[in-house]
Amino acid sequence: MDIQIAILLAFVLMLSIFLGFELISKVPSTLHTPLMSGANAVSGITLVGALICAGMDQGFLSTIMGFFAVIFATVNIVGGYLVTHRMLAMFKKKEGGEK
Amino acid sequence: MSTDLIIHLSYLLSAVLFVLGLKLLGSPVSARKGNLLSSLGMFLAVAVTLLSKEIIDFTWIFAGVVVGSFIGVICARRVEMTKMPEMVALLNGFGGLSSLLVGWSIYHANPFISFFTASTIYLSILIGGVTFTGSMIAWAKLNGKMKGKPIIFTGQKVLNVITLGSLLVLGILYMNSPASSYDLFIALAIGSLLLGILSVIPIGGADMPVVISLLNSYSGLAAAATGFVIQNNVLIVSGALVGASGIILTSIMCKAMNRSLSNVLFSGFGSNNQAAGGGVTGTAKSLTAQDAYFVLEAAKSILVVPGYGLAVAQAQHSLKELAALFEKNGAEVKYAIHPVAGRMPGHMNVLLAEAGISYDQLIEMDDINPVMESVDVCMVIGANDVVNPAAKEDDTSPIYGMPIIETHRAKNVFVLKRTMASGFAGIENPLFFKENSNMIFGDAKKTLQSLVQELKS
Repeated sequence: MDIQIAILLAFVLMLSIFLGFELISKVPSTLHTPLMSGANAVSGITLVGALICAGMDQGFLSTIMGFFAVIFATVNIVGGYLVTHRMLAMFKKKEGGEK
Repeated sequence: MSTDLIIHLSYLLSAVLFVLGLKLLGSPVSARKGNLLSSLGMFLAVAVTLLSKEIIDFTWIFAGVVVGSFIGVICARRVEMTKMPEMVALLNGFGGLSSLLVGWSIYHANPFISFFTASTIYLSILIGGVTFTGSMIAWAKLNGKMKGKPIIFTGQKVLNVITLGSLLVLGILYMNSPASSYDLFIALAIGSLLLGILSVIPIGGADMPVVISLLNSYSGLAAAATGFVIQNNVLIVSGALVGASGIILTSIMCKAMNRSLSNVLFSGFGSNNQAAGGGVTGTAKSLTAQDAYFVLEAAKSILVVPGYGLAVAQAQHSLKELAALFEKNGAEVKYAIHPVAGRMPGHMNVLLAEAGISYDQLIEMDDINPVMESVDVCMVIGANDVVNPAAKEDDTSPIYGMPIIETHRAKNVFVLKRTMASGFAGIENPLFFKENSNMIFGDAKKTLQSLVQELKS
């Protein structure tokens, strides 16, 4: 059973990497910094795991590690999205035509 | 519908939102919407996780989210755009650390796990640990807390190989009997942290754009590894997307420097600071801002090549003001940005955007080089190595073959620079001695401001 799950997850991983390549290679160099900080925020998805660790009540040390994992992942997510938003707000077209 | 089903369908939806978000990030017009969609996906994933039955107690979760959000908001509000690379390095590191902690916490809660789960925890610790300490070193190098020069010592490569080798051997031992190997596990965690430090210290400050891209990729892979630990698809999908984006940016940066990734990571480039390519002769002509004004006033097409020096001098706003005056004067102003200008991919673009320069005035290196002869005046501001013609002409130069913005082919080149000193790579620049080039010494901001004064009067 274990190995079947592993294979299935590996399929998901492989397809996502290819999808990622396709998506990202179309991003123009102008947007590489926001792309990076935005992607960075996405990698904070570890928070999902951290939430479970902090809330599963399996001994104090596990909970505390989960707690810190929640803090760091949240900083990653909140900081990443907000700063990306701030940067993207600066990218404007000429002639004041804000779209 | 059972809660489990709701949770997993929501995960599916948030994966879709992440993909759409990244797709919309592909154009400046839709990028804001993309970021919004992506954050919506994140919110959804986090919110439904709270429904899962594994979660019994919410105290620590609540506390962690509050503290984390508070720090995140403060950081995002306060950070200056010149400091973006540091910020991204720091956030990368936090993501990695979080993955490490999750792996550890799960193992600590229940050490009686299968070989497969142990191997996923191992990966999560390894990648997370390397990402964390590697990012911290990159951060320290970027903000000057550590010297940017590569740190090289004898036996370094041997030490790296030993560290990596023992991580592999101990890892296999650990996976085979996770329940009785808690101390092995601690050794693995420490080893991973050590490996992160060892692998980034020999890399010079000039190569930080590559390192940041690579660590960005690692932070994604760390999240994907954690996804295997808790068998969660949304972590794997989003981790893989980030991993892929980091890899692409890394390869773009390497190409822009005409070096292989292994050369960047292992060669200690820039550690020997003797000026290479000594065949440069002649004297550089220097010009005052007043003299430059007469040429610039008559110019019909002006190309600005900004480098990180422009940002250091905080001269973006003066540049924008000057460009507006040129345009009023009937000239066409464009900005050519080298892919590795600044301290991270696309960094210069953000800095110009912050000054209010429209992104459709920016032109890519490959588009401007073929028409360089038609440019009346090229203003090189705070850039050096990326306009060094030695990369084209001198096959003994260490940067030979690196794609450059070929400003030396323009009718006139003005180089705004503080001194004749060589750039980050420590290489002489023959551009300064060319017929058509003139140096305007001084602080870039002051020079630009005095040009503004000349044009106004």
